[in-house]
Amino acid sequence: MYVGNYGKDPGLGRAGVRSWPYHLLVLCVLLNPFTPLSLTFLKMRRMDLISFQRCHVLCSLYPLAMGLLLDSHRRRALARLLLRLNTPLCVVSYVAGVVWFLALAFSPLTQNTYISENAMGSTMVEEQFEGGEHALSYARDFIAQRRKTGNLPVAWLERTMRSVGLEVYSQSFSRTLPFPDETHERYMVSGTNVYGILRAPRAASTESLVLIVPSSPGTLNAQAVGLLLSLAAYFRSQIYWAKDIIFLVTEHDLLGTEAWLEAYHDVNITGMQSSALRGRAGAIQAAVALELNSDVVTSLDVAVEGLNGQLPNLDLLNLFHAFCQKEALLCTLQGKLQHSDWASLGGSLHGLQTLMLMVLRQASGRPHGPHGLFLRYHVEAITLRGINSFRQYKYDMTAVGKTLEGMFRKLNNLLERLHQSYFFYLLPSLSRFVSIGLYMPAIGFLLFIPGLKALELWVKLNKVDFSPEEQLGPLQLVGQDVRGVALTPLVAPVLISQATGLALYLLPVMGQHVAAQHFPVAEAEAVVLTLLAIYVAGLALPHSTHRVVSSTPRGPDSGWMALKLLALLYLALQLGCISLFNFSLGFLLAVTMVPAAALTQPSGPRLLYAVLLVLVSPGATLLGSLFLWRELQEAPLTLAEGWQLFLGALAQGVLDHHLYGALLFPLLSLGLYPCWLLFWNVLFWK
Amino acid sequence: MSEGRVDAPSSQLPELGPPCGWDPGQQRGARTRGSGVRGRAVPQGRGRVGEAGKGWAWAGPSPTAALHPGFGSPAPALGVLVPDAASSGPGCREPACPAGPAPFPRASSLFLMLLPPGPSLLAPLNFTGTSCRGHLRPQPFWFNYRHVANTLSVYRSVKRLGIPDSHIVLMLADDMACNPRNPKPATVFSHKNMELNVYGDDVEVDYRSYEVTVENFLRVLTGRVPPSTPRSKRLLSDDRSNILIYMTGHGGNGFLKFQDSEEITNVELADAFEQMWQKRRYHEMLFIIDTCQGASMYERFYSPNVMALASSQVGEDSLSHQPDLAIGVHLMDRYTFYVLEFLEEIHPASQANMNDLFQVCPKSLCVSTPGHRTDLFQRNPQNVLITDFFGSVRKVEITTERVALNHLKCQKDEELTEPLNYAEQLPVAQIIHQKPKQKEWHPPGGFILGLWALILMVFFKTYGIKHMKYVF
Repeated sequence: MYVGNYGKDPGLGRAGVRSWPYHLLVLCVLLNPFTPLSLTFLKMRRMDLISFQRCHVLCSLYPLAMGLLLDSHRRRALARLLLRLNTPLCVVSYVAGVVWFLALAFSPLTQNTYISENAMGSTMVEEQFEGGEHALSYARDFIAQRRKTGNLPVAWLERTMRSVGLEVYSQSFSRTLPFPDETHERYMVSGTNVYGILRAPRAASTESLVLIVPSSPGTLNAQAVGLLLSLAAYFRSQIYWAKDIIFLVTEHDLLGTEAWLEAYHDVNITGMQSSALRGRAGAIQAAVALELNSDVVTSLDVAVEGLNGQLPNLDLLNLFHAFCQKEALLCTLQGKLQHSDWASLGGSLHGLQTLMLMVLRQASGRPHGPHGLFLRYHVEAITLRGINSFRQYKYDMTAVGKTLEGMFRKLNNLLERLHQSYFFYLLPSLSRFVSIGLYMPAIGFLLFIPGLKALELWVKLNKVDFSPEEQLGPLQLVGQDVRGVALTPLVAPVLISQATGLALYLLPVMGQHVAAQHFPVAEAEAVVLTLLAIYVAGLALPHSTHRVVSSTPRGPDSGWMALKLLALLYLALQLGCISLFNFSLGFLLAVTMVPAAALTQPSGPRLLYAVLLVLVSPGATLLGSLFLWRELQEAPLTLAEGWQLFLGALAQGVLDHHLYGALLFPLLSLGLYPCWLLFWNVLFWK
Repeated sequence: MSEGRVDAPSSQLPELGPPCGWDPGQQRGARTRGSGVRGRAVPQGRGRVGEAGKGWAWAGPSPTAALHPGFGSPAPALGVLVPDAASSGPGCREPACPAGPAPFPRASSLFLMLLPPGPSLLAPLNFTGTSCRGHLRPQPFWFNYRHVANTLSVYRSVKRLGIPDSHIVLMLADDMACNPRNPKPATVFSHKNMELNVYGDDVEVDYRSYEVTVENFLRVLTGRVPPSTPRSKRLLSDDRSNILIYMTGHGGNGFLKFQDSEEITNVELADAFEQMWQKRRYHEMLFIIDTCQGASMYERFYSPNVMALASSQVGEDSLSHQPDLAIGVHLMDRYTFYVLEFLEEIHPASQANMNDLFQVCPKSLCVSTPGHRTDLFQRNPQNVLITDFFGSVRKVEITTERVALNHLKCQKDEELTEPLNYAEQLPVAQIIHQKPKQKEWHPPGGFILGLWALILMVFFKTYGIKHMKYVF
């Protein structure tokens, strides 16, 4: 397999050079910029020619590079070159990554969206829904009943659904939160979901679509419930359904949705207690969540970001967009209207703003609407929110209902799950998208830096290797203890950082009662404050442990170099993995942590490094993201508000993990925070 | 999807008893394959009689005359077959014998239609009626509605022009009429004015859903079907059959997709036609395809007597027509839409020829450029009537002269008057290698009646009639 001088080098066989690190390094370096390659497998059908070409390039480069590295002369030359060019390469790579990302909103990198699924094809539907007034009267009844009963009027809903001809069932659920949720003011939650199934008159009940309306004490969504009932009545009178349609009203927004989904799929992954479902309707193909709180709307906002940054198939969004255009509705993404002139600079900057908002929301890993929980079950779903602003032109329920009718009619035509279009994309506007093949290079460039740095450190640690004169000598003269990496002194810092991370993950929730007893704080506050305390304590803990453990005399710098090498590889690995399933999170973390991590060393302006490192720690990144987010939404925060929001976000992050299985909290506390602590350790290495 | 239609005369007769004097070997030997000769041999100036209901006289000498009485309505045909002196060309001295078993009307054209693109589910379909019963239907690709409508409209046209279902092999991969998504169940429309339901009242689909495969299609063409294949699923053609093949579906340069998983290439198709030619399975063939880059499908043909039409040139897409918002799909493809429009104007006596068909759907209407190929065909397209392929029309000469039949003694009369022995149709015993079961002895009915009478008599003797109420 290898070409070049690999086999001919006389030094290799005798000295037994360990070649596996070189293999690893070469693979890392080669693979890094081409991360999208691995991703093309996730989109089998869209694997493009470019990826194939990349494959070929990779396959031919690998033996070449191995030949270069394993030949001692060339290795030395390469090592010198690497040392000389390392810093400029890193800078160029970082700039390239950031510029690439910013360029994503500009025209050569974005494409117009288009519906790939033939079965949905076009918007060829004759919308006949006229039940807007009906919907409003249902909504008024709903509000009255709601006021009467105090919570979801289950009996009324069941009666009404039955009267329009649905098969009606209800499901009760209860859940005790790990600690009180102050944002939604709930702790021990119990509620009821009501759903009605419209059976397809001429097809088997093997597939279904879901229209879901969350109704909780804070946001009633009465108009959405009314529209749901009115649509149910209308749909019932049509004969062309090939899939069952489930009309679902959930209580306590996401909790109800989670309970219903778990019961529907007969799993229990979050410790929800709920009654079993008595009626089912086959595999759910797609779901649309609806949130309306006013009798008329000025625009419809669509939310796509789901749990852990999962996105629905782009075709579902395209379908919504197509019907928006057909009905001449005003549709927004991230609350932003589309810029009229895409090609202009203003349009592109507007797109960049929208894209940044999407990146921030996706990075948060929270489900931004009930649809977010459906995505876990591979059910494509989006949430539509009616916005009623001060605009002059309003749309009534009939217009919204017609949009939904058209979407359901087209979804009804599906034969397979939505799979033709992209699952990984970024949206600078509703009509433009950036595909995964185009945005991944941004993070590829960024992850190139830890790779390069690690290579540099590796070369430095083995520095005898590139003394120019000798050929065989160094390998024989220098023992293993001088060259190479000593791993023992690294054990303590690594263990301590990981233990701190584990404490950060476990203690806040476990110790909330203890904390609440001993300090004058409520449980929810206790959790957040414990979290912060452990986080900060981690900075003070581990610096000088290596002095106790390490005794072997090595080069003066070999200790921190080895630790940094390890930390860099660890960081690159984690960021690479994260960016595979949540690009936004991976990119945000990479763009902040990577330069600081690359710069950190126990000499030079250490104070500067320390400040930089603190600023890019995961917690600080979260705080900064909050400010950026509000800034982009044109509702800037003051510092105090920002701090309050930050505390709330911490609590929500922990809650999301426990309630829905969001991965952000464990990722940060068990993975990135310990990794960051390693760099902190490097900085204070003595 | 493709539908093909083949029209074939049939060598279906043997079981029914050939007309006297009919000798396949003799005919085969006598006739040369050069159809042109036969064509010229036919005297001109005969009247055409359209649909068979018209009367006693049809069965005439068209190029393939002797072998194909038409099929409009077989009944009158059985009674009166006009022997036509002119038709007693080589080998044709079998003016049907009125006394013998009537010759089954033979096909002049057999019709093969194909519609392959397809569904992802399989379930039994029942096409015999127009009502959609039952729930477990396959759910084919609903947006392929237009291909089904294409096929059915051509089917409708050929049926209207007199070709019966027995001479049509219809292949439909999707059942659109019974698709649950169809807002108008049991119908397939070809126009958004909803006037023409091409699904009609009687559609006989021979190959449906997953039976529509490349293998089955090629087997039907070449006749290499398993022995168990019913006659309705075979292409029973011979060297005097005119065959029309119509195909539609999703295609590309040099191929046409069947179902969702396979495709037929133009080379395979050309080879299949050559095999048909060598096996003398057709006399002339008209091939029509409505698909993207349709012209690529006929460019590899090399067998004689094939005329081909396509809806688009290589590099062009064929486009759909008639978007219908209520049904939610395109109802037809442009090319077939205009072909149907053209065919609706054709009646059995029409003198429209192939050149007229070539003019159908110019680029201004079709957007794509329809193509045709005639270099393999031996006649001038101008002399080829549309009804030669689309209809079952034969030339009929009405004569007022009295024809004496006495001298046409059937040589085999005596044999035929003998009682015929028929083989048992379903020899169950042989099949399962068992002797028929011996009948068990059963007492005669009278005995049992008597026994019951005795019992009743003893009963009444013992209890008397007045005790009946205690018994019941």
